[in-house]
Amino acid sequence: MSDAATDGDRPADSVSEPAVIEDSWRRLAGVTPARIALGRAGTGMPTREVLRFALAHAQARDAVHLPFESARMAGDIAALGFETLELASAAPARDAYLRRPDLGRRLSEESRALLASRAGAPVDVALVVADGLSSTAIHAQAVPFLTAFKARIAEAGWSVGPVCIASQARVALGDEVGEALRASACVVLIGERPGLSSPDSLGLYLTFAPRAGRSDAERNCISNVRGEGLSHELAAFKLAWLLKEALARQLTGVSLKDESDLLLVGGRPPPARIG
Amino acid sequence: MAYRTVAGSQTYAFADLKDLMAKATPLRSGDMLAGVAAATAEENVAARMCLADVPLRAFLNEALVPYEEDEVTRLIIDSHDALAFRTLSHMTVGDFRDFLLSGVATSEVLAAIAPGVTPEMAAAVSKLMRNQDLIAVAKKCRVVTRFRNTIGLPGTMAVRLQPNHPTDDPAGVTASILDGLLYGCGDAVIGINPASDSVPVLSELLKLIDGIIQRFEIPTQACVLTHVTTSTEVINRGVPVDLVFQSVAGTQKANASFGIDLATLKEGREAALSLKRGTLGDNVMYFETGQGSALSANAHYGVDQQTLEARAYAVCRPFKPLLVNTVVGFIGPEYLYDGKQIIRAGLEDHFCGKLMGVPLGCDVCYTNHAEADQDDMDTLMTLLGAAGVTYIMGIPGSDDVMLNYQSTSFHDQLYLRQVLGLKRAPEFEAWLQRMGITEPDGSLRKQHGIHPLLAASPELAA
Repeated sequence: MSDAATDGDRPADSVSEPAVIEDSWRRLAGVTPARIALGRAGTGMPTREVLRFALAHAQARDAVHLPFESARMAGDIAALGFETLELASAAPARDAYLRRPDLGRRLSEESRALLASRAGAPVDVALVVADGLSSTAIHAQAVPFLTAFKARIAEAGWSVGPVCIASQARVALGDEVGEALRASACVVLIGERPGLSSPDSLGLYLTFAPRAGRSDAERNCISNVRGEGLSHELAAFKLAWLLKEALARQLTGVSLKDESDLLLVGGRPPPARIG
Repeated sequence: MAYRTVAGSQTYAFADLKDLMAKATPLRSGDMLAGVAAATAEENVAARMCLADVPLRAFLNEALVPYEEDEVTRLIIDSHDALAFRTLSHMTVGDFRDFLLSGVATSEVLAAIAPGVTPEMAAAVSKLMRNQDLIAVAKKCRVVTRFRNTIGLPGTMAVRLQPNHPTDDPAGVTASILDGLLYGCGDAVIGINPASDSVPVLSELLKLIDGIIQRFEIPTQACVLTHVTTSTEVINRGVPVDLVFQSVAGTQKANASFGIDLATLKEGREAALSLKRGTLGDNVMYFETGQGSALSANAHYGVDQQTLEARAYAVCRPFKPLLVNTVVGFIGPEYLYDGKQIIRAGLEDHFCGKLMGVPLGCDVCYTNHAEADQDDMDTLMTLLGAAGVTYIMGIPGSDDVMLNYQSTSFHDQLYLRQVLGLKRAPEFEAWLQRMGITEPDGSLRKQHGIHPLLAASPELAA
């Protein structure tokens, strides 16, 4: 028994070679975010890579299913000086939201009534903060983005309605909200479909003359707003440029091309000038 | 024509053939979203019982999508091979299933009947089949295609090397290509989904991939997956194009939402053929499909998504493609909700494509808002490997950093080859051995030092 135990503690020569075969081209991994030169254990991925992947997938899954903290977001956005309103789509829960995109595109009866009671004079722009497919993205990006965009609103002197914080919402929900608020244009901040390396990416959708039934070809989109992607300041600048053009030209969509890059100074947006 | 059957204590009526087909389909979220699915489990089985008794001939007489409105229906009906259908002409859908599983339906017989099988017949019989039936029959089908190598031989499985990069950076794309080649991938195609749709960027990517193929004399083909009209334009500018790509769907209206029709595809194919770049054959088209695309374009005519998917293969068939793949889990949970639905759809698509004589591969994949994970993908790829899938995708570490979804990895194909004994396209297999990348048994050789292929990377050459 003791002999066997001793033998078991000392690896035989045949198993003393490392089980993981590292790739001799690991230096290449520096030039791409793709998962290359991972090495292998037999034909499989090494344990460290399987776990690294599992963590990224878990974060992306959590981003989809994490409950949206609508009340907290409303408080934080009110603290920036915006009027706020909490709304919900017709999708009663996450499961229904994922199965029925049509429900996420229209308001619940209660929210429709609430919104109607709050509609006042026409405004230049309606702002909607929607959980979309990543509440993680909204929790992380909505406040810093709105902070940057508030300066652009002040610079242009636009009137805005209450910031509508919408749960279980898709982009097109903004059409109904914008129409009810009699807004010339609607901006929807929405959590984008999370990728393995980007669970917290914010998308911005701009629609001129929002009306139920608008198609995606009638919108402009700014994507990948997050720390490692497009900065909040640059995204706010681009959105303000598009909004100004949309209001002047009375349109959004495929015929409005983002040319705001021409105004960047050394890749950065000029600061907002507030009178 | 109405259909009617008794199941349990209930009589079930179905308004027409398309209603019957939809209600007979194994449950999936896309058919529920479209409002065409069976309301109860019993109704689903009742529909299958009723469908089993429908003569195959009925599909030639009752169009699911109107002939007058839809060029895909016209293509299916007008090009139907009555001679090839003769063996099947007396069969019901239920008979057809038994026939396909029987020893009479050899590989040769299946190849002979393929031009007589309409997509609706293939979809109908698949609805009566369990997963093991879909695997067993697909395994017997042989569809062989050629461009610079031979794809689809028995006992082989090819891999598309998919070196996507979020900004199409040439160094990044090159790094993924080299990684994939050194893992023994790329015999189906080295095919990139570009982030950009600008002609200069696409031209540079084509030259980059072609440069690597020419420099190392790799028996494979290149593709940049862009719109067919863009590929035609690039060809007219004298850029090297091997395969012309296009996403296709099962109705004229859905194809219109992709900006194509049959005439556009014909033009694309003729442009590619004019370059005469294939050395072994002239299969120059690469198509992608996926259940749910017609519904998503609001162009489904109340037909279930699996039948429409089979109709997409009828769109591919006359253009003699090198490769067709169903991007099965990409579209999202509103069409295929979870791992079970994705697995079933992958097997159905592969079976229908092969039965119709189309070289079907599968992008075994899922998005992060679907109820699926790597274990589900392991299951589907293993089942497809057993079913003789033409090819799968090879993506570094399963993580597509441009399209933000997960597919099969370079490692996954090694696993399938080891477990199922699958070989690569023979010309490519021989090249890998010549290059010292694989052993004679096809397994990877341990690499020491700088492999000659790495000279293609400026980063390592420096």
